[in-house]
Amino acid sequence: MNIIVCIKQVPDTTEVRINPETNTLVREGVASIINPFDLYALEEGVRLREARGGKVTVISMGPPQVEAALRETIALGADEAVLLCDRAFAGADTWATSYTLARAISRLEHFDLVICGKQAIDGDTAQVGPGIATLLDIPQAACVRKIIEISGEAIRLERMVEEGYEVLEGRLPMLITVVKDINQPRLPSLKGKLKAKKAEIPVWGADALEADPERLGLKGSATQVVRIFSPPARGGGELFTGEAAEAAAGLIAALRKAGVVSAGPGSSS
Amino acid sequence: MDYFLTEEQQMIKDLARQVAEERLKPVRAEADEKAEFSWEVVKALREADLFGLYLPEEYGGLGGGVFELCLAVEELSRVCGGLSLSLAATALATFPILLFGTDEQKKKYLPAIATGEHLAAFALTEPEAGSDAGSTRTTAVADGEDFVINGRKCFITNGGVADVCTVIAMTDRSKGSRGASAFIVEKGMPGFSVGKDEDKMGIRASSTTELIFEDCRVPRANLLSREGMGFIVAMKTLDQSRPGVASQALGIAQGALEAAVEYARTRRQFGKPIASFQGLQWILADMATQVEAARALTYAVARMIDAGGKNISRPSAMTKLFASDMAVRVTTDAVQVLGGYGYMKEYPVEKMMRDAKITQIYEGTNQIQRDVIAAQLIKESASRRDK
Repeated sequence: MNIIVCIKQVPDTTEVRINPETNTLVREGVASIINPFDLYALEEGVRLREARGGKVTVISMGPPQVEAALRETIALGADEAVLLCDRAFAGADTWATSYTLARAISRLEHFDLVICGKQAIDGDTAQVGPGIATLLDIPQAACVRKIIEISGEAIRLERMVEEGYEVLEGRLPMLITVVKDINQPRLPSLKGKLKAKKAEIPVWGADALEADPERLGLKGSATQVVRIFSPPARGGGELFTGEAAEAAAGLIAALRKAGVVSAGPGSSS
Repeated sequence: MDYFLTEEQQMIKDLARQVAEERLKPVRAEADEKAEFSWEVVKALREADLFGLYLPEEYGGLGGGVFELCLAVEELSRVCGGLSLSLAATALATFPILLFGTDEQKKKYLPAIATGEHLAAFALTEPEAGSDAGSTRTTAVADGEDFVINGRKCFITNGGVADVCTVIAMTDRSKGSRGASAFIVEKGMPGFSVGKDEDKMGIRASSTTELIFEDCRVPRANLLSREGMGFIVAMKTLDQSRPGVASQALGIAQGALEAAVEYARTRRQFGKPIASFQGLQWILADMATQVEAARALTYAVARMIDAGGKNISRPSAMTKLFASDMAVRVTTDAVQVLGGYGYMKEYPVEKMMRDAKITQIYEGTNQIQRDVIAAQLIKESASRRDK
């Protein structure tokens, strides 16, 4: 199977701080990591290759430092990696990003499956996977939690929905985005790390993609981030203290007053 | 302190730490409490390629040496001194094959050990033969194309989980210390069984068992080196493996030191963090200095062994002796620094103190190590005087 995995390098957002003056992300000193959902995507791709043979190619759009993240994917089992890097790609929103990645995928050899993480932990839009599928005109399933079976071109999978999960049948080539329930990503291996150290990671720019410059980067973006801010802190609520029975009575009275619950039988107020 | 590791050595150290933090740490407390061996941890070590660190590339290993093995054992032991033994004790048992095996024996046994598919155990100790290895009672009698082994080994690390055991047995009692031989015994060979599973003070996540040989038939092809070489095989093996025990002790002590410093920074008494009291600062300073000294000695000896150094017995014994005595002191101090909380199982240091103790005892008690060191010192002095 020829599998393509898309990854994004993101700031480790558990550490993120907002600069109160400029209302932007403080990026200095924040470590860059592979988007956690993408690790699950990569693991699924590598497991499929281990079971069925074939190749896993990882691609990512980003600045030159993203090469380190791509090397890490080779240490984790990817066969090859490609970096999409060009000034022209900068400032891209999910629409322009989807276009760029889709162009790159269509220039790679025939693929059976594209796997993406559900969403990036910095943008949180979950739009790029579906965007790529749409531009490539292939079927898609988001929030996949299990690939049940692949037989020839037919694929059966489970994907999460709000109240549970759906079982879908699809036809390869296809794109899926995955959630963390799908597997447990492996740790790198020493052999993988040594392979990663020696690996050649080609860099493709706008020319290599034969992309329409109007659809790249900031120019190709339909949306723009104008401001990032922390929402104002919510005011404190009312605190009910005292013995449990007393506090409960106070709470019920307040809920009734707010019209949240109606006065019922045996009410004391 | 910077030990000027190569890029590859740093990679090994970082990966071992990552495996330790992400795969060993979540399970160490339960594995200790239930005295359960963890195959999940073995799987994680296998996936990281750690089992092959010290084995030659031609047998599927990474081509590193004792030093690389020590780096990994130290990092794993920093998180759990018991879980690290599936690797460390396998290495101990594999050195006899590595040092004395024929090409056929190496080809047959090393590849599966290198991938971690097979674990190994070193069987020397017996109920009546601990420090006094010369009192070995297990016998191996030649019978046609085989040897028949009878006897009982005890306190064997990895005994219950090993696929391959290197066993020392007497082939000729009349020859005393030149009458022992070393054999490779495989799990499943008729007459070979695992006996009692020991309930231990520490390193409870490791398997420690009796091994029972009842007319166990082993082909002649499984004899390591020559008949009569058994104790030489054992001694040379221990020379190579002692830095591994030292690394285990070192790792445990490092974990305890870090826990103690972190606790001292955050625990407040008398209106201040206890780390601001000089008494505690002095304890921590002594702990850290001792750990670093043990590390420097262990690394130097491991590098010496890998560089083909001669006369490694004395330095090897010294590193095991120093690091293990240090680990017992440092872990005890760590419990003291954590005070009442240090005594409780909820905090990791009491386990580290229990785990550290064994390093003063196995692979040659520290009393035997002192014997080895003194004997070498005196021999070297005598040979200098004679010049």
